[in-house]
Amino acid sequence: MIWLNAVIQGVLLGGFYALLACGLSIMFGVMRIINLAHGDLAVLGAYVVWLLLSTYHVPLALAVVVALAVMLALGYLLQLAVLDRSLRSGVLTPLLATFGLSVVVQNALLIAFSPDVRSLGGDAGSLAISSWRLTSEISLPLLGVLTLAVAILVVEGLQAFLRRTTLGAQWRAASEDAEAARVVGIDASRIYAAATALAVAIAALGGIALALRSTFEPSAGPTQLIFAFEAVVIGGLGSLRGTLIGGILLGIAQALGSVVNPQYAVLAGHLVFLAVLAGRNSGLLSAARWQALRPRGGVTT
Amino acid sequence: MERLSAGHGLLQAVRDVSLELEAGQTLALVGANGAGKSTLLRSIAGVHRPTSGRIKLEGRDVTNIPAHRRVRLGVALVLEGRRLFPGLTVEENLRVAAATRPGPWNVEAVLEAFPNLRRLRRRTAGTLSGGEQQATAIGRALMSNPSVLLLDEVSLGLSPAAVDLVYGSFQKVRAQGSAMLIVEQDLGRALDVADRVVCMLEGRFVLEAKGHDLSYEQVTRAYFGLDRSVAADAQ
Repeated sequence: MIWLNAVIQGVLLGGFYALLACGLSIMFGVMRIINLAHGDLAVLGAYVVWLLLSTYHVPLALAVVVALAVMLALGYLLQLAVLDRSLRSGVLTPLLATFGLSVVVQNALLIAFSPDVRSLGGDAGSLAISSWRLTSEISLPLLGVLTLAVAILVVEGLQAFLRRTTLGAQWRAASEDAEAARVVGIDASRIYAAATALAVAIAALGGIALALRSTFEPSAGPTQLIFAFEAVVIGGLGSLRGTLIGGILLGIAQALGSVVNPQYAVLAGHLVFLAVLAGRNSGLLSAARWQALRPRGGVTT
Repeated sequence: MERLSAGHGLLQAVRDVSLELEAGQTLALVGANGAGKSTLLRSIAGVHRPTSGRIKLEGRDVTNIPAHRRVRLGVALVLEGRRLFPGLTVEENLRVAAATRPGPWNVEAVLEAFPNLRRLRRRTAGTLSGGEQQATAIGRALMSNPSVLLLDEVSLGLSPAAVDLVYGSFQKVRAQGSAMLIVEQDLGRALDVADRVVCMLEGRFVLEAKGHDLSYEQVTRAYFGLDRSVAADAQ
């Protein structure tokens, strides 16, 4: 029973990791950008909610909606002002740019909010502590179920958008060949900006989930980035459904590890990550559907 | 297009060339590798920024308008090497290109013009043969109902049957009143289809004439710059 419980709690924890990783997956899938500031943007989202709650005393739901709108706008501007330029100078530049952004965000948060550890758990009321008791040994926490549901909704919603709509097909087209997209009238830069906006807003959702379930501080980002990164790699680079599965596998591994010994939780997750890398370096669901963005520019006459 | 120059870094690929293309006219651009044909086409479409000169479309200066908006004004380019979106189906490749210009072309009309694509419409573009890809690429460019269709290396790497099919479709394009600018390696084809032929050499136009006035011999001499080197030798 204790193992079954670990698997169930692991799946719920995995929903949180999947939500955290989704935006990372989008940015890699659409633009081949590995966003090293992803975890910090997630934490920034949590701080926006915290600020709204503590200063303006708005209801939690409203604070989340406002924070998502703010993060959408921030992501859009981030792509147009910083990442779009860096994309023009090769693959390594965006990586360095997001690394710099990570440092900037962390330090800005430190200045603005002090290094104190915060949590939104207290503001969430019953949301954070309610649970369904299934048996005497197993219960389902409301917040965990909600997080998993949001993660599935986000992944399946994006999947349907990309697969079934013409705009989604244009996103995939811009991802596969930006120049060919431009000559058929697709504004690739705007699609990239929309993709980053979406990725940053979903990162904020992950950050808010973190803040509700535990604590956060200005330097919490990099740890979250590692978990998100592992979820993406386990599931397969650029595949959204893969990211969901990867997150859940990571969650299960951590939960099972913690049954053996609480200090093995994170280690067990890392071991699964390494095992997947060693066995199949393209991840479980490979990104064949996304295709690599072919760098073809070059000189043609 | 007036006095257009373009280059790659220090290399000047197109040197001060001017060209006018009327509605419904077909112009073939020939020349050796590296003559500047593709750079010229890419500059007209807006994916390459010219160093100087102007590009005008129906009297309007479009030189500083980005490529994706130029499509809406009526310029469409079929890039060298087809450049389809390999993970999208044939139909998706066509549908993503639907710009907001009114005209006769839509998915159904393209499938009408290229009947071989009809049964392939749900296949991903990456799995098609070269000829099928070129047909899809031309169809994709036509989706925006262009007033000027630019085609780079139309027959490169295609089977003779596929080339016939592609050239057959040009009749329909012309019938809609679109102007075409074709870069072609196959001189016979180029002379056959074009109202006018322009030969490029080292970034300049070295020969410009009506298609049927030209002999194969004349174009060959211009193509390789024979007349020029004779003149240089004489000095």
